[in-house]
Amino acid sequence: MSGSVLFDAPGPKARRRITILNIVAALAFIGFLVWVVKVLGDYGQLDAAKWVSFTQSGTWANYILPGLLNTLKAAAIAIATSMVFGFVFGMGRLAHNKVVNVLSSIVVEFFRSVPVLLMMIFFWIFFGRMGIVPSGDAPFVAVVLALTLYNGSVVAELIRSGVHGLPKGQREAGIAIGLTRGQSLRFIEVPQALVAMMPALLGQFVVILKDSALGYIINYNELLFNGRLLGTGNANVFQALLVVAVIFIVINFALTSLAQWVSTRVARRRAKADATEDEDAGDTGLMMPEAPGITGPNK
Amino acid sequence: MDAYLSLWETYGGQMLSTFWTNMQLTFWAAIAAFALGTLLAVMRISPVPSLRWVGTAYVNIFRNTPLTIILTFGVLVLFGVFQVSLASDFNLNFFRIAIVGLTIYHAAFFCEAIRSGVNTVPLGQAEAARAIGLSFLPAAKIVILPQAFRGSIAPIGNVLIALIKNSTVATAGSVAEISGLMKTMIEFRPDVGILVFLTVAVFFVIVVIPVGLLTTWASKKLAVSR
Repeated sequence: MSGSVLFDAPGPKARRRITILNIVAALAFIGFLVWVVKVLGDYGQLDAAKWVSFTQSGTWANYILPGLLNTLKAAAIAIATSMVFGFVFGMGRLAHNKVVNVLSSIVVEFFRSVPVLLMMIFFWIFFGRMGIVPSGDAPFVAVVLALTLYNGSVVAELIRSGVHGLPKGQREAGIAIGLTRGQSLRFIEVPQALVAMMPALLGQFVVILKDSALGYIINYNELLFNGRLLGTGNANVFQALLVVAVIFIVINFALTSLAQWVSTRVARRRAKADATEDEDAGDTGLMMPEAPGITGPNK
Repeated sequence: MDAYLSLWETYGGQMLSTFWTNMQLTFWAAIAAFALGTLLAVMRISPVPSLRWVGTAYVNIFRNTPLTIILTFGVLVLFGVFQVSLASDFNLNFFRIAIVGLTIYHAAFFCEAIRSGVNTVPLGQAEAARAIGLSFLPAAKIVILPQAFRGSIAPIGNVLIALIKNSTVATAGSVAEISGLMKTMIEFRPDVGILVFLTVAVFFVIVVIPVGLLTTWASKKLAVSR
């Protein structure tokens, strides 16, 4: 709880002040909401006519659901491909081979620093003009490819920092049982790093889902694109964009909450693992009092 | 290569001026979003429940909304429906509305960056400050906030980098910035499309990588050893 670092438990005077401030702030916020509703009403944005299209099944069947499906499709494929990309280049950055290492670093750093939108626009026009993919598919391919290159690079960094965060003994044990560097990474280090980086990875999925809305700019018919089409058709752009935003917020909020839940789970599991390790160390210490150094250094 | 050079002659000036627009968007949005984010962070760590609730709601809503929607909203709804006018000049109006959109979105991230800095300060620091007789303001000023600030440098740097790159999305808010120009250029000369993309990409790499190195360096240099 961050509040407790700055604030002591309040006494009677402070409690009264907090209550007053609480009521004043709540009233100010309610006042703000009332003002927003009033402005919306003044501009006729609360008229039933503006909202009625969302009660019609055609709106959902022809615009919103197909759009949502395309958003989810692009996001799901981009998640899978960026995991593969991240795995390959994350291993590359951890490799001992200088050439592989430097090349992977350049690729990862480059795609992390270039705006996703630039890549999307480039792939869209370039693929379309060069006839590399059918022009109808160009927006979709551009969205997935751009999301993959950027988010894959972020995943590569996550894998790298996850592996660096592991105790050195894990790799040493792998090498001691005769695994090569690559095998030790694949079978021992990366799987453990994956668990530790789970929350950050889920957070990255939210980024992918959000950034898939950039497809709107390059005419990919995802949720925002269809929402805008709907809004300009029915002269209710405000309502259409609001509905689209709410759908995004609900999905992303669910993913963010899942990430937080996983993060506390991982932390708890770690704490438990540390605790049992301590017990084990204590046990071996008791059994082998003559050699306490064996259990010592890796802690 | 000649085609590329002639493209520079035609578009070189425009490339620099539109990239300058991106930098200006970043600059103003960074200042405004940092201020709003600090206010939100203070609300979220305050002992007043309603302020905490508003701060949390703001962050959860805007952190989970795609920036593209916010900037599209600016031009189609704020301007299109509510005729919001922040400047009499047409283009300046879109530019300012885009700054508002970028600010609203990134304030949620600045808030979380600052809050994560406060969270790095161990409770013992506050207890020690109280134990030596410091009251609330001196404790916050001398002991807690300096440590919180240092802990938030790295996350703030990440938000700043995101903001630099996200300034390209202002194209959805009808601002003439570099991603729109790049589209025109590649459409005009698809044969040198790769070079055009790499040129614009390098503009961003040149700005983003130093910011990243600088904030990493500063956060390490100023790190509180515990």
